[in-house]
Amino acid sequence: MAKITLDNLAHSYLPNPAGEADYALKELNHDWDDGAAYALLGSSGCGKSTLLNIISGLLHPSQGRVLFDGRDVTRAPTAERNIAQVFQFPVVYDTMTVHDNLAFPLRNRGRDEAYVAERVQEVARMIGMEADLHRKARGLTADAKQKISLGRGMVRKDVNALLFDEPLTVIDPHMKWELRTQLKSLHHEFGHTMIYVTHDQTEALTFADKVVVMYDGRVVQIGTPEELFERPEHTFVGYFIGSPGMNVIPAKVEGRHAYINGSSVELSGGYGALAGKVEIGVRPEFARLSDSEGLPVKVRRVEDVGRHKIVRAECFGSEINIIAGEGDRIGADMTRVVFDPAHVNVYANDWRVAPNGAGNGSAGEAA
Amino acid sequence: MTLKLDGVSKVVNGQVHIHPTDLTLEKGTMNVLLGPTLSGKTSLMRLMAGLDVPNAGRILWNGDDVTGVRVQNRNVAMVYQQFINYPSMSVYDNIASPLRLMGKPKAEIDAAVHKTAELMKLTPMLGRKPLELSGGQQQRCALARALVKGAGLVLLDEPLANLDYKLREELRVEIPKIFEESGAIFVYATTEPEEALLLGGNTATLWEGRVTQFGPTPDVYRRPVDAITARVFSDPPMNFLQVSKTGNKLLFGDGQSTPATGKLAELPDGRFTAGFRPNHLEIGKHTADAMKFVTRLTVTELTGSETFVHLDHHGERWVGLIHGVHDLPIGADLEVFLDPRHVYVFGEDGALVAPAAYALAA
Repeated sequence: MAKITLDNLAHSYLPNPAGEADYALKELNHDWDDGAAYALLGSSGCGKSTLLNIISGLLHPSQGRVLFDGRDVTRAPTAERNIAQVFQFPVVYDTMTVHDNLAFPLRNRGRDEAYVAERVQEVARMIGMEADLHRKARGLTADAKQKISLGRGMVRKDVNALLFDEPLTVIDPHMKWELRTQLKSLHHEFGHTMIYVTHDQTEALTFADKVVVMYDGRVVQIGTPEELFERPEHTFVGYFIGSPGMNVIPAKVEGRHAYINGSSVELSGGYGALAGKVEIGVRPEFARLSDSEGLPVKVRRVEDVGRHKIVRAECFGSEINIIAGEGDRIGADMTRVVFDPAHVNVYANDWRVAPNGAGNGSAGEAA
Repeated sequence: MTLKLDGVSKVVNGQVHIHPTDLTLEKGTMNVLLGPTLSGKTSLMRLMAGLDVPNAGRILWNGDDVTGVRVQNRNVAMVYQQFINYPSMSVYDNIASPLRLMGKPKAEIDAAVHKTAELMKLTPMLGRKPLELSGGQQQRCALARALVKGAGLVLLDEPLANLDYKLREELRVEIPKIFEESGAIFVYATTEPEEALLLGGNTATLWEGRVTQFGPTPDVYRRPVDAITARVFSDPPMNFLQVSKTGNKLLFGDGQSTPATGKLAELPDGRFTAGFRPNHLEIGKHTADAMKFVTRLTVTELTGSETFVHLDHHGERWVGLIHGVHDLPIGADLEVFLDPRHVYVFGEDGALVAPAAYALAA
């Protein structure tokens, strides 16, 4: 296991990048702590796979260094980095049995057969394929093949890090649960450094101790799931995390109140004068419909999604979402919305502004 | 417009892909086929489209027997998981292509393309090539091509599976609006219960080539007819507990028991499977008659606002979805509570014996 340091790292796919816009990965300094589980979260094209490929050595960065426990590996080939990788689509040897596929990385390293047999059994149990060990990989479903890929990624205990690039995309929802839980308990048990790339927030949040959110080649926030949920540092984080994402509404902020079209909303602290585009952000979980207090809203539709309802509404021309409980009444008289003041965040030019006296937060730190 | 499957079945090389199925889909409805991979969703759609011919049974379109009528001669459009556009044509020409094949007059094509592009929010992109669009726009282009023909039956086979999570979320909201305007029969296959709930309409749950239940989506979710349907329509999966009812007690595990409260008190003595959804498991006693279970906590997962607890209850694996962020010790015992109003009771054959009381009120 190793600590992985990114030092002044940046990458452009162009030979002579001119400005920041030419960089797929904008300058980044970060330590991946030894033994921690990280998720790298963002939409397609945000730079997350570029970053992962630099860490694994599939790509050499145009600027900066990658250190494993202080040793510079920036130009070292993948094979020398001693990492295990699992990709989005299964990579298995069709002509080999499931057992031999799982044993492959250990045999490559010359481990003795008794150890190999024991370890393969353990991993087969983890991925639920004990009964299939002697079947050829050919003819197995995509699910099963991907489970073999995951198993092969986990079979060696002595790797520096385990890297996952969207490993559960091809897996059915029920199996996703199982495999994610297995990965999580594996991490709990062995303490590998893990980096897990995904565009799926549920996978990222449930898997990782810390989530690194990327947007347009830049890391916009690194935080625990709770921090990302409660205090998104950028409106993108508010939008991307949460389903539906955070409501962002243009407002004027004066002292302890925000004003939307002249109607006031209470804030959790006082704010000084703010420059630029000012908005408030409230998660649908912290908004509730009311028949007597709050801002006026028009309910457009109510979606019953089982364990709760999503209310789609309009508030002074902004579309907003409100989450109501499974058994909550939504009557025609519910024409107002109330925000929980403790969970109203204030944004200037998309970056969160901490209230006075609450410290600076980390707004702008990554920029 | 009605599509009726009358005892339709499909066998390939001696393997049953679709067991005899009766299903009636009405004009202007959204119909979700929900089930895991290989449960028969695509096979059923291919039969509906006329891409495959059933071994038995009839397919009726507005009462006319169309069994064996080829797909070209039916009023059908289909969108696949892999979005298919013609890369060398503009978005305009892509959308226009089905109408040109039908030999429609130019003015009519132009009007239809603009109307559909407007609906799919593609008007500014009409001059571009598909590869110059984002993934979501490419899939909207494929959807537009399916819609432009004004087909009476639109089949969507996991159309959002290859898209980013957030894009999927946006299109899931848009698709029901689009279909409401078109008035066609929509059939939408998915593996994800959440997607079915967001789409609304009707849902048919599929398991091993059989439609286990068909009805309005929230009804199927809250009033599953059997344990398999409940399992298919629950993500995270439904939890189960084998119980035997004796007098006023539910016995389970090796010698544990809990009082049979609420509706459960009315069950006859015998063996049952109790089922309950993860979000109904609680870690505090919130109702007086809540049943208590001692479990071992194996894994916790935080989503930022909620905590998933993975539990071992005497060898049965349960998942709980608890509101709020809880830091709980892994490997320790955890007491969990369950309101009997949230419990479904299934017989030994899996059929529903008693629905959860809360679902009857909902």
